[in-house]
Amino acid sequence: MTESSWDESQPIVSIKDVHKSFGNLEVLKGISMDVMKGEVICIIGPSGSGKSTLIRCINALNDIQAGSITVEGIEVNDSKLDKLELRKKVGMVFQQYNLFPHKTALENVMMAPIKVLKQSPSDVESRARALIEKVRLQGKEDSYPGELSGGQQQRVAIARSLAMNPDIMLFDEVTAALDPETVKEVLVTIKDLAEEGMTCMLVTHEMGFAKEIADHIYFTDRGVIVEHGPPATFFADAKDERTKEFLSQIL
Amino acid sequence: MIKPNKIPGIQSRPSTDLPVLKPFTAKAAGEPEDLLFSRWLASTPIWAWLLLIVIIFAWPGVSSAASSYTMTQAFQALWRWLPFIITGGFLFNVIISFFAMLIGTAFGVVLGLMQISPLRIIRWPAQFLTQIFRNSPWLVLLFIVLLALPFEVEIAGEIIRIPDWVKAVFGLCLPIMANISEVVRGAINSVPSGQWEAAESLAYTRQQTLWQIILPQCFKRMIPPWMNWYAILTMATPLCSLLGVEELITLSRQAIEAENNRPELLVPFYGFALLIFFAYCYPIARATIALERRFAVKL
Repeated sequence: MTESSWDESQPIVSIKDVHKSFGNLEVLKGISMDVMKGEVICIIGPSGSGKSTLIRCINALNDIQAGSITVEGIEVNDSKLDKLELRKKVGMVFQQYNLFPHKTALENVMMAPIKVLKQSPSDVESRARALIEKVRLQGKEDSYPGELSGGQQQRVAIARSLAMNPDIMLFDEVTAALDPETVKEVLVTIKDLAEEGMTCMLVTHEMGFAKEIADHIYFTDRGVIVEHGPPATFFADAKDERTKEFLSQIL
Repeated sequence: MIKPNKIPGIQSRPSTDLPVLKPFTAKAAGEPEDLLFSRWLASTPIWAWLLLIVIIFAWPGVSSAASSYTMTQAFQALWRWLPFIITGGFLFNVIISFFAMLIGTAFGVVLGLMQISPLRIIRWPAQFLTQIFRNSPWLVLLFIVLLALPFEVEIAGEIIRIPDWVKAVFGLCLPIMANISEVVRGAINSVPSGQWEAAESLAYTRQQTLWQIILPQCFKRMIPPWMNWYAILTMATPLCSLLGVEELITLSRQAIEAENNRPELLVPFYGFALLIFFAYCYPIARATIALERRFAVKL
């Protein structure tokens, strides 16, 4: 399938029967889901259920053994995959921020568009400053990651990802490493993005947040999607025993 | 669950397996780097130096009590031979160590980068060479190089004799190359794999990630072990005396022989050799620490 055959009436991310193993350990056992443009989906589930692995497969950080993942019509599970093309479309934010510690916040945001996309530094700089303002970090442009709090670093990481102008943002447990008081500032930033119509896929343990922003919630356990639905029905009216048990422990 | 790292050739893990991870911890006491020879040298207190000097100077006094040769005579002999020992000898120790380090570092960096190549055909030979030269006795390598290299070469009809010290440079640069290769590999692997993943997700290629993200972070980490190897190398240059290369120890021995092999001369001459090595390496060790501090501010 080529890029041109994709239009917005089709799912922007389409996952079909994905299988993934690390050695003998089968982590994903046939996962399927479709995400439409502008949708916000949350993936929840106990640790080790494969949710992070799934999200990392979408931008080819992990490869899959069977099944198909398409992003705007690009098949990810393809040995001839143009990774540059895929990663321009898909931004990712990590649990541990992974900012480049030898560069300032502004440089972190500016680096990839200049070095990878070869855009003009002056354009990138004005865009980067706007992004830093957007994540409410004006005044921190020249700080090194080591001088910022976890929440601030994570917001720089979000800005860094946005600088590539992605169509889809992946968030891999982005608040799990944060102090409770800084979690909110990061969630507010994500919420702003979601409200602007960015397609977002989140792996999260923040149930309240998932309930608030998600259009659709997926519950994974032991490598399969056990249950999914819009938040209103998902939280109020879970059918599967495993979902009920998980929700009762966490809520 | 620990997610295995999928970057070919790179063995670094996330810095912890715990769900909560702080990206960079402040430098704390008791790091492996504290065990480095250069670190130890830089932290030598002044009294240790004085003690060493006192022992060297006092020795002829003790040993000459039973003979007619006096302490003054011993030091006069040392003083007489000093210009010869330094310009004909120690200078070559410095030259040999400098060039061996230069060549060893250049090849070591290449070999270290080859060691993390995703291609086995590049990685395996590099790992093999590194392990061979890293684990061979230096003296054996020196002997092999000295005997294997021709003692003269013909370039454009002219016969050029290769001086012994040049061969010594080649012999000593081999173990340095292998150890620098490991320093480079270790430094690259000490960068958390999250840095590779973050760069990858920003569409960096492997080459771009290595040169723009990983290596700049490695530079600071490589300074202490690198200087440590320089100090060790300098201290190892007297090995060349066993092969007849003219350097500090060779010339000291010749000087003692010229002074009729008096046993009272051993400690002043070799003690002086010891002191001059320390005196050469000490400022380098101090400078290394200053250099590290300068790069530390940025991180």
